[in-house]
Amino acid sequence: MSYSSRVRDILDRAGAAEGDTLLVRSEGRDSTGVLMPHHEFSHPDVVVLKLKSGYNVGVMVTHTSELTVVNKTEAREKHPKAAANGKGKKKVAVLGTGGTIASYVDYRTGAVHPALSAGDLVATVPEIADVCDVRAEVLFSIFSENMNVEHWRRIAEAAADRINGGAEGCIIPHGTDTMGYTSAALSFMLDNLTRPVVLVGAQRSSDRPSSDAYTNLLSAARFIVDTDAAEVVVLMHETSSDTTAAVHRGTKVRKMHTSRRDAFQSVNASPIARVDFEGGIEFLGPYRQRSEGKVVARTEMERNVALLHFYPGMSLSTFERVLNDSRGVVFAGTGLGHVSSDMVKAIAKAVNDGTTVVMTSQCLNGTVNLNVYDNGRDLVTAGVIPGGDMLPETAYIKLMWVLGQTDDKNEVRKMMITNLRGELSERRDIA
Amino acid sequence: MSEHELTCGLEIHQQLDTRKLFCDCRTVLVDEEGSNFLRRLRPTQSELGEIDRAALVQAEKKLRFRYQAPPDSSCLVDADEEPPHAANADAMDIVLTFAAMLDARPVDEVHFMRKLVVDGSNTTGFQRTAMIAMDGKLEVNGRMISVPTFCLEEDAARKVDAKAGEVTYRLDRLGIPLIEVATGPELHTPEEVKEAAQRLGSMMRATRRVKRGIGTIREDVNISIPGGARVEIKGVQELRLLPLYVEKEVERQRSLLRIRDILRERDVTRKDAEIRDLSEFFAPCPSKVIAGALKKGGKALGAALPGFAGLLRSPDAKLRLGAEMAQYARAKGVAGIFHSDELPAYGIDQGYVDKLRELMELGPQDAFVLCADEPRRAEAALRAAIGRAYDALGGVPEETRDPLPDGASAYSRPLPGAARMYPETDVPPITVGAERMQRIRENLPELTDVRIARIASEYGIHGQQARQLVHDGWDDLFEEVAKSKELAGAAARTLLSTLPELERQGVDMSKLDEEALREVFSALSAGRFAKEAVPDILALRARGKSVDQAVKELGISMVSSDEATAIVARVVNERETFVREKGKGAVGPLMGVVMSELKGKLDGKAASELLRKEIERLLST
Repeated sequence: MSYSSRVRDILDRAGAAEGDTLLVRSEGRDSTGVLMPHHEFSHPDVVVLKLKSGYNVGVMVTHTSELTVVNKTEAREKHPKAAANGKGKKKVAVLGTGGTIASYVDYRTGAVHPALSAGDLVATVPEIADVCDVRAEVLFSIFSENMNVEHWRRIAEAAADRINGGAEGCIIPHGTDTMGYTSAALSFMLDNLTRPVVLVGAQRSSDRPSSDAYTNLLSAARFIVDTDAAEVVVLMHETSSDTTAAVHRGTKVRKMHTSRRDAFQSVNASPIARVDFEGGIEFLGPYRQRSEGKVVARTEMERNVALLHFYPGMSLSTFERVLNDSRGVVFAGTGLGHVSSDMVKAIAKAVNDGTTVVMTSQCLNGTVNLNVYDNGRDLVTAGVIPGGDMLPETAYIKLMWVLGQTDDKNEVRKMMITNLRGELSERRDIA
Repeated sequence: MSEHELTCGLEIHQQLDTRKLFCDCRTVLVDEEGSNFLRRLRPTQSELGEIDRAALVQAEKKLRFRYQAPPDSSCLVDADEEPPHAANADAMDIVLTFAAMLDARPVDEVHFMRKLVVDGSNTTGFQRTAMIAMDGKLEVNGRMISVPTFCLEEDAARKVDAKAGEVTYRLDRLGIPLIEVATGPELHTPEEVKEAAQRLGSMMRATRRVKRGIGTIREDVNISIPGGARVEIKGVQELRLLPLYVEKEVERQRSLLRIRDILRERDVTRKDAEIRDLSEFFAPCPSKVIAGALKKGGKALGAALPGFAGLLRSPDAKLRLGAEMAQYARAKGVAGIFHSDELPAYGIDQGYVDKLRELMELGPQDAFVLCADEPRRAEAALRAAIGRAYDALGGVPEETRDPLPDGASAYSRPLPGAARMYPETDVPPITVGAERMQRIRENLPELTDVRIARIASEYGIHGQQARQLVHDGWDDLFEEVAKSKELAGAAARTLLSTLPELERQGVDMSKLDEEALREVFSALSAGRFAKEAVPDILALRARGKSVDQAVKELGISMVSSDEATAIVARVVNERETFVREKGKGAVGPLMGVVMSELKGKLDGKAASELLRKEIERLLST
């Protein structure tokens, strides 16, 4: 909520601007403090003052209140940000996209917003200059839930360009909510990747002393400079402790918790590597190694693809249209990859009419198998492509990308069941 | 306006008896460690673009923090792994209630802030706190003093261990709601400080919603004398020591002013200290501290302090700038420093002292200071110590100090600036409506003195007993169980004498919670046993026995009046000669025999009545 028009008028008449020191005389009490931005959840008649003690309090402006400006704010000098200097060290490109890893408090809403420039971010982590020569830039600054194909393409093109231009790798600070989608998109888009592309985020915003942004960022730089890996990966805290980060393959990673530092987990795979915050990087499985040559950004994607989570009672009349109108549909089915029998019929019809349908499992862990139950066999007959142990989100991204690369039905099927970027695995470990 | 010899302000932090402020954990301290995790903190920029000086000092220590997370008493919110929930409305009501009792005015809308604290005691790196009310007043010794602020904040985690480079905290205490009230700087004697603390404490307890016992209330006292500076002694737990802390701080500030005057007389000015590497010089020295540091690859560093001789520690020990310097040095992580006023000692003999003075070209009024440790740490510590020495030119530095058990205090960190607050954006603001305040004003608690007087008269117990019940926090339970005058007396005795007596005897009191006491009183009230049996019942109850089992084990289920009459008659008849000899005077001597025969199956009054009747019956035959 914003100010009521009455309070807005009173503030305007007094010429009060945020940052000015105000005296509010209200019902026999004087309150003096610096005018803070109105909080979205504040009462519309309340002005928020920062008292001399540092506390903010809300003061109700009534019909009898008097409000005067005691002191106009002085234009605050912006503190010059010392550019991090890692001259002579390996070049690492930081491509800012927004998100918690680069954020500050927005007084308009009182919430945390992505706003620091990538340069500001690096300036707050001067240690990074001991690791590499940082080249920071902001591609855009958006909430990760607003990320779309166009953003993925811009990131992929920029990453390919910087690597081809001599960078040892790219760090992509990213909002955590959709980081798994972006990492999958970049994994498919970046062909012949010769250097690592590391997505990093923070589950605690960088305006807090307990932020995980700094350790994740530094670890990303170290992973790029100190290893010979050349994949698209997500690097985040491995546990709740500030001790290690896990490096996850971009197609196998998923945000599995709303708020914990170790929200990101590799599903149906182990992380590629572990970075110890106090030194040392340990690889936990095979990975793609560096090579020479040019990275090619193949960024075409079919946007008319849907990702559907099957649930009991899913309305056929609502989703039949989605099935028919989309070029591709990925289902997160139940169990081994099932949907209701009437949905199977709708799918059969849609496939017949040209829609590509891929089945994954909402269990996330484990692979789909359409041979075990009737329902699954019916899906195969209906022409559904089994998504193996791909995450539903990864299958969605992959289908968009595959449909962007080819119109040939057989080629689409072949590509979907072929492991292209580590998204499909043949075996899953017991532990 | 006459200048006071002493000016103090008091700040009290009292735990509230609710769930945690920003989550639904219980607020009980536990012995269990639970799982643990490791964190680091980093100071960040405040909204004004400045980093707080206190936060920076803490961060320089580059510590790691280990957190123990006992289940039930901590959750993801405490671990800084989940955003805070809405502020506990109960806790807010308690602060509003207390504020209303002191005639303060609530703010129109409450905004929670983040106060930067990077010593690890908060997993977030900040403490959440909000101003709830302002401008209260309190009568102390017949004088009104101002109580300008009433805040609601979260308690910090409990430090359970500290070793080199790692501090361990337990999360059970983190997030317990605290009411924080501050008086104006209007207290002028040590006793007045204590009186104010007592008044505030007793009024808080009157809300009946605050926690009791050691550690649930902590006092900070701000102390300054004319020419001195504001020094805050933070976290005093024992109220009775408050006057002592004040007295000792006054003494300390006076001695610092004396040191300042001497330095000025000697024309000492601040100089950049030249730190010298004395490792080679000290290589053959038998001092354990120095040899130990050198052996571990450390260095022995030293610097001159021209004009400071005799001020670091005067022969009468009244001037002790060296102790202040050592506290600053320790804040950098070293074990301590040596200075010339305390040498020769610690394995550094006069020969070394003389040679060192010669090497450093020191005159008789000059002092020196040494530190041996890992080179970077030693240098940081030495610079801090020297910086503190020259600060003496300005008299008393503003600082936060930790209380020591003997009434003295030690340097902890600089006083925090106001810059270390910024909005807690995860907690929405709360409008304090007129209806809420009306409800609170209509339900203000009974004040302590009124309550004591009422309990004494209503239940017919002694005023002193009533005061003690209220003081010890038994008054609620007492009122609940004291259903008759008879029971009131028994309850008061049990709560005030029997329980402490059992504890002295080493009985495990943990099983004698209010629920257990309630059960025992209810059985007593039902006539299951006599009040004389209460101590034995409680002792068995403490060992985990139920009241039924205890009664059975003691064989003290009440006797019927026929049975009792038969027993008493037998006792009397067996002693016929004695009874006839003593006449009615036999009641007293035989009472003990009767009670032991009855084994608590009949209460004393009834037994005595019965005994009297039986004796009269015998005498009349």
